Amino acid sequence: MIQVLVDGLVAASFIALGVIGLSLIYNILNFPSFAHGDHLTIGAYFGLVVVLVIGTAGSIGVLTFGWPLIVATFFAAILTGLLAQILDRAIYGQLRRKGSSRITLIIASFGVALMLRHIVVMFFGPDPVYYSFAIQPAIRFWGIRITPNELVVLGVTAVMVVGLHLFLSRTRLGKAMRAVAENPSLARVNGIDVDGVIRWTWLIGAGLAAIGGVLFGMAIGMQPFFGFELLLPMFAALIVGGMTNIYGAILGAILIGVAESITVKYFAAEYRQAVSFLAVIVVLMFRPQGLFGEKE
Amino acid sequence: MMDLFSYIVFFLIIAGIYSISTLGLNLQWGFTGLMSVGIVGFFGVGAYATAFLTGPHYPDALGGFGLPVPVGWLGAMLLSGLFALIVGVPTIRLRHDFLAIGTFGIAICIQLLAMNWKSVTRGFDGLFGIPKPFAGWPGTPLGNNLVFLGIVIFLVGLIYWALERMLRSPWGRVLRAIREDEEAAGALGKNAFSFRLQSFVLGSMLMGLSGALYASFTGFVSPQDMLPIFTFQVFVMLIVGGNGNNKGAIVGSLLIWGLWTVTETILGAILPAVLKNQVASARVVLVGIILVGMLLYRPQGLFPEERVVSPEARLPEK
Repeated sequence: MIQVLVDGLVAASFIALGVIGLSLIYNILNFPSFAHGDHLTIGAYFGLVVVLVIGTAGSIGVLTFGWPLIVATFFAAILTGLLAQILDRAIYGQLRRKGSSRITLIIASFGVALMLRHIVVMFFGPDPVYYSFAIQPAIRFWGIRITPNELVVLGVTAVMVVGLHLFLSRTRLGKAMRAVAENPSLARVNGIDVDGVIRWTWLIGAGLAAIGGVLFGMAIGMQPFFGFELLLPMFAALIVGGMTNIYGAILGAILIGVAESITVKYFAAEYRQAVSFLAVIVVLMFRPQGLFGEKE
Repeated sequence: MMDLFSYIVFFLIIAGIYSISTLGLNLQWGFTGLMSVGIVGFFGVGAYATAFLTGPHYPDALGGFGLPVPVGWLGAMLLSGLFALIVGVPTIRLRHDFLAIGTFGIAICIQLLAMNWKSVTRGFDGLFGIPKPFAGWPGTPLGNNLVFLGIVIFLVGLIYWALERMLRSPWGRVLRAIREDEEAAGALGKNAFSFRLQSFVLGSMLMGLSGALYASFTGFVSPQDMLPIFTFQVFVMLIVGGNGNNKGAIVGSLLIWGLWTVTETILGAILPAVLKNQVASARVVLVGIILVGMLLYRPQGLFPEERVVSPEARLPEK
């Protein structure tokens, strides 16, 4: 039972690191980005490029990675953040300035998603790849089995979530982001640099997604479609959490992750993504403002 | 020479099948402002329903009803409509984003079912031997394909005519009124939810029909026919043709399907042999660039939406 919970939390970590950016983009740029899952993919593969350049993922103690992958994670986060900004400059920002509808932005992001995925396929092929082929035995305590790598996933995610909270509540920029999410025109007349906020939104959102992607690659391995397969769980977490509530979205990610691991354990692993769809439908039917959202 | 002719017939059949999905999306997005990101799901439901209803008896899957092809197509539309209701009812009364996410989700679930519900769908092995209408008549495969092309052209024409009529009817006016200003339409006593749902379900049924035709034509359906790339292609077809214009939807389908097939040949010829596997991906990137370019520089498409005035609503000439 506790094992299911632990497995669920590991699955939730990737969803959570993705949904933070999805939520920021949704609330600040006002559209659900269908390309966000692929930011995880791109991040993981940027990390792979660095690992390939260094020649090894290294190892520290029982972990199957060392400083090369830590360096790779920094590069992945920064490069993915920059890529997201370039895409915003070239596509989303232009559409915003032309006053395009939200549907146009959704379609553009869907197109960007496919392009990113297929660029990855062009360079790396469709088959799974790994940072390291080292085999890692699970450790056991209190009746739980967990690999050291998975413990790192949980730890890094927890640090990122706490860091995000401190950033949003304590820093000027974090407060500015919340203000723009709340009311962009009011934020602008109060002298907030909305364009700057948008740039940071992409940098932080895509950067966290890239970190999630590298963690996924480290704990599970990667193929060009893994981020896309995380998109529906991310949307489900966003909806369960109530769209406008970033902490709700993180709690939503935990709920979806645990629901997935229950499905895998007691029903059928193949249908784990279907849980997210069920959650979307049930929440929208009975509590469209989300479990942790306020009524509009 | 005959090879080329056969190829053109084949090409037109597939383009026609696509254009039925594109017309369905145009009804949803163009006329009603609804966004479906799961076109391929409804297409897949239609394809599988046709296989179940008209296909041969499969010892290890659902089927063996041996119903006539038109009954299969009708059943395909009904089942797609049912799936549209499942996702439409909870999401359409809410903001547009939820319909986009809901349709995206249902398309993934439908693909999961096709892949994993093996006792019904045979998984990746797929369902084969789906009969064509007038199978074996008039003798040659090319002759039968010509008959099939005739059916596709007839259906596209019928759907085009019906949609144009509906667009000019009071029903079509209400749809556009809701799209432009939901509150004003509501104030006139129009139930936006009900009209939107009708449009969404009808459009999804057209996508189901195009899946049904595809299954009957190729005689085979598997989860490989249900990739998100199909949804993307239909988006591009409608955007290039002109969102809100039925003629544009058909022309866009022809153009993009043409480009899709031609690029494979061209990229295959210019790229060195070691890059053969990259061709399929390069094509997606190319069409993606076209999509984004159209959205940025000609969002109205080649055929912009026309202003439609109902014959009864015309003001008297001065």
